[in-house]
Amino acid sequence: MTIATSLEDACAALAAEPNSVIVAGGTDLMVEVNRGSRCVENVVALDRIPELADWHLTGDELRFGAGVTFAEICEPEIAALVPALAQAARTVGSPQIRNAATLGGNIATASPAGDSIPVLAALDAVLELRSTEAIREVPVTEFITGVKATCLMPGELIEAVRVPVLDGPQEFCKVGTRNAMVISVASLALLVDRSARRIRVALGSVSPIPLRASEAEDHASGHLDWDSGVQPGPEVVREFAELVAGSANPIDDHRGSAAYRRHAVRVLAERSLTRVLNRVSSP
Amino acid sequence: MTDLATSERTVAPRIGENAPRPDGVPKVVGAFAFSSDLHHDRMLWGGTLRSTHSSARIRSVDVSTAVAVTGVHAVLVSDDVPGQKVFGLEYRDQPVLAGDVVRYEGEPVAIVAADHPEAVRMALEAIVVDYEVLVPVVDPMTVEEAEPVHPDGNLVRRIHLRHGNQDVVGDVQVEGTYEVAMQDQAFLGPESGMAVPADDGSIDLYVATQWLHSDRDQVADCMGLDPEKVRLTLAGVGGAFGAREDLSLHVHLCMLARHTGRPVKMVYSREESFHGHVHRHPAQMWYRHHADRDGTLVRVEAHLILDGGAYASSSSAVIANATCFAAGPYRVPSAEIDGAVVRTNNPPCGAMRGFGAVQVCFAHEAQMDRLAGALGMDPVALRLQNALVPGDELLTGQTIKGTAPVAEVIRTCADHPPGASMAVDPLELPGGAGRTADPEHVVRGEAFALGFKNLLFSEGFDDFSEASCRLAGGVATITSACAEVGQGFVTLAQQIAREVLGVDEVVLLPASTAGIGSAGSTSASRQTWMSGGAIQEACGQVRAQLLEHLAAEHGVDADDLVIADGRVVSMAGGFEVDLAKATTEPIEASVVFRHVPTLPLDENGQGNAHVSFAFSAHRAIVDVDVELGLVKVVELTTSQDVGRVLNPLQTVGQLEGGAAQGVGLAVMEEVLVQEGRIRNPSFTDYLVPTALDMPPVEIAALIEQAEPGAPFGAKGIGEAPSISSTAAVAAAIRNATGLDLPRVPVRPTDIVFPGGTA
Ligand SMILES: Cc1cc2nc3c(=O)[nH]c(=O)nc-3n(C[C@H](O)[C@H](O)[C@H](O)COP(=O)(O)OP(=O)(O)OC[C@H]3O[C@@H](n4cnc5c(N)ncnc54)[C@H](O)[C@@H]3O)c2cc1C
Repeated sequence: MTIATSLEDACAALAAEPNSVIVAGGTDLMVEVNRGSRCVENVVALDRIPELADWHLTGDELRFGAGVTFAEICEPEIAALVPALAQAARTVGSPQIRNAATLGGNIATASPAGDSIPVLAALDAVLELRSTEAIREVPVTEFITGVKATCLMPGELIEAVRVPVLDGPQEFCKVGTRNAMVISVASLALLVDRSARRIRVALGSVSPIPLRASEAEDHASGHLDWDSGVQPGPEVVREFAELVAGSANPIDDHRGSAAYRRHAVRVLAERSLTRVLNRVSSP
Repeated sequence: MTDLATSERTVAPRIGENAPRPDGVPKVVGAFAFSSDLHHDRMLWGGTLRSTHSSARIRSVDVSTAVAVTGVHAVLVSDDVPGQKVFGLEYRDQPVLAGDVVRYEGEPVAIVAADHPEAVRMALEAIVVDYEVLVPVVDPMTVEEAEPVHPDGNLVRRIHLRHGNQDVVGDVQVEGTYEVAMQDQAFLGPESGMAVPADDGSIDLYVATQWLHSDRDQVADCMGLDPEKVRLTLAGVGGAFGAREDLSLHVHLCMLARHTGRPVKMVYSREESFHGHVHRHPAQMWYRHHADRDGTLVRVEAHLILDGGAYASSSSAVIANATCFAAGPYRVPSAEIDGAVVRTNNPPCGAMRGFGAVQVCFAHEAQMDRLAGALGMDPVALRLQNALVPGDELLTGQTIKGTAPVAEVIRTCADHPPGASMAVDPLELPGGAGRTADPEHVVRGEAFALGFKNLLFSEGFDDFSEASCRLAGGVATITSACAEVGQGFVTLAQQIAREVLGVDEVVLLPASTAGIGSAGSTSASRQTWMSGGAIQEACGQVRAQLLEHLAAEHGVDADDLVIADGRVVSMAGGFEVDLAKATTEPIEASVVFRHVPTLPLDENGQGNAHVSFAFSAHRAIVDVDVELGLVKVVELTTSQDVGRVLNPLQTVGQLEGGAAQGVGLAVMEEVLVQEGRIRNPSFTDYLVPTALDMPPVEIAALIEQAEPGAPFGAKGIGEAPSISSTAAVAAAIRNATGLDLPRVPVRPTDIVFPGGTA
């Protein structure tokens, strides 16, 4: 077990023992270890590395260290810059979990139900991956390659996540069968990017990898009168919701049926677009 | 909480007051030792190999590799069970370790003791079981024609209750089919315990349980030991709710301890716990209610099928309750109820808070609402019109002799002004933290439900509790084997002793089989009455002995003496003695308390089978996001028939906790079973209500009518809150959506795709 206090230490430890397992908040890892589904021989702990726990705003770009916790992301300062990420963070587990759970851990786990992932996908977030050998940058949508599968290489860790600060309202909604502390059955992030005149939409829990609903994005972006702020009619919203639902690729499991998931993202799409339109058109 | 804080005072709290719980602060600050915290310097760790199939023949079990794992001290199988190979609460039909067949997923097949949990895990993985997998019997509706799951057959018990004139037909009839899914008790402290072998061949077992003496007798039989050679001591219990009435790891621990000569500790994992205890019986229920046009019930017909899983556990008592209380607390002159509990290869079911009454309450209350609809009547008025009163007959032909303030319970609850306003904070809307709904997506519904249940054991069971009191040096010491499982008996026992004896200092000894006879089970809402009654009597005898002795010695009138503030004083004046001095010679009394005897049900399900009944009502207000099928219970109001409030704070605690389990069953709690396998054996996927799911519980009224025969007139209060709460919430969702919703928990898809699309 290495308790790293710097990025260099951590990368050196990972390089020395390429089968090492990284632990950050431990809220995913320890569940797997306790269940016996993950065998851990060497552990590299990241939670004492100051750089990883930091976040900075540079121009209109936010850079989160991978060790920033969801509790921190819920704080008003961050919530003002990336509201949807803060909304997603608030839905993660309980206060105890949010105090320990990190953004980097959520991404590296690469669960289709990971709540930060749709927001990061909609933001076109870029990950900074570091090893003793190199630093490389990978978009989050490419980083996650399948259910709980990533392109992280032995010896590598996620150092940071970079996202743009957009001009426009944002929404994250998540459906679960409990009012808090529940694994997502379906989720949706919808962001308005005024300067690019785009509506961005990504879905959670309805596909193995992060999913952008690009056809729906085109439809909504094209029907919005960006200059006057006049709202498109309900048929545009409905069509948008249909396109979102059509882009989903859900499965049946014990948490929800594919039909319900598809239905749910349709409803979330309709409601979240309505919400942001109300705010876009109000001065 | 303010009540608790201000209850610091010189005179220790007595009956009717908020005595603080002795275990309260330690539990909150983490200082309380639960059974999983047991430790012995020489202890080994135990573990269980469980069946991976819900039905299979075992061709062979090869433990040779497991035995060779470093640190392993014992690997034991069915052949190693020293005594009786089966155990059971009512029928001994469940193998300690599976022999040639496994009948449910998770059934124990082998046990291991090693010097480290990791060695246990490796040894368990090294055991090779050769299974011949069989097709599991999983449909309770057709099991009677299926291959027998168990040598005793697939029917555990059928009660064909017929009451009154069977030819009655009502002017108005309503019919419905209902289903209740499998609920888990979801206690937080997993099964755990430690067995310590003694040199004389006897064993001490420290375990979290509900009934020490019943466990002791079953363990002794399975160990081939005399009961005196097995001593059980209650270890800290992290919740029970019925799930600790059956044995789990008890015999396994004793076998391993005896085999290794070392103390052995075992703690189930959460997943294992879901396989390691019984659940609430899933129920399929068909009903037809008959009424006159004015709303008077004239007949109820019902068919009830409960799925008991492979072993009997307490199933036969559960179906008796379901059958006897099938129509609810209403006057029903004619009834035919066919109740059956069957065996399947689904997870085993047994006791859970509400015990058979929960399932039928969901159905009979849905029927009452449907009937009100058919009659064009107000649902509350219909219930009032048919409410039982003392002197009425139950479906069993038994006349209610005790209190039955049903109308009071209904009225106070229904008349209580609702308080919930429409939420504006998205956290408070359906969907909660997920921010899915805006106020315009939400429909509000409101409904009312009534339920009841028997207290204490029924059907001729010899139900008793033993307790003793010893007064020495002014301090009372109480001995009882009553299991404190969180209900607050440790508080009440002291309050009762203080009240009766007039002393301030009361010591309650640890619950154990060593010093006293059985207290019976902490279940059936019975301990306040039974063990409370035993303590009340024992203390009363000690008090009488003391006063008579002083009267004789000092030539005063015993009836004129009172005990207060550490002194015995004559009310007339002139005599006073220090209590500690008066009791330098200890005074003791031991009592076996019994309630009035009951009788078995006859072949028509008739007879004076029950002792006493408790009634409760809930009114639920829910907000439903119909499009997403998400529900927020915004308000629960309740009234309950409690006999007498012995501790107001604990009473509120029971009413809130029971209602929370009821809310859980209404909207989320379900053990998902597919082909006999549990698909959600974790708290990730077995959802219980969080603070955002559980509304405040408004107590409209605690109806206090002293129950004859009960100590201080107090009825048991633990189960009633979990009975009508589920029915009320489900009905409120019906009211909001206009859907039938014949099944709980109500799932999002039941609301979104009511035709059953997906
Ligand atoms: C009770 C409970 C409730 C939960 N609820 C939710 C929920 O509502 N929504 C949700 O999305 N998740 C939820 N989770 C899952 C979990 O909390 C999150 O995924 C969390 O973000 C994981 O972060 P962590 O720091 O705890 O990761 P860890 O458990 O420490 O690590 C998780 C994985 O990521 C790897 N890892 C961690 N940091 C890095 C890094 N910097 N670089 C490379 N690899 C890394 C680890 O090796 C491991 O494979 C819940 C978990 C629990 C126990």
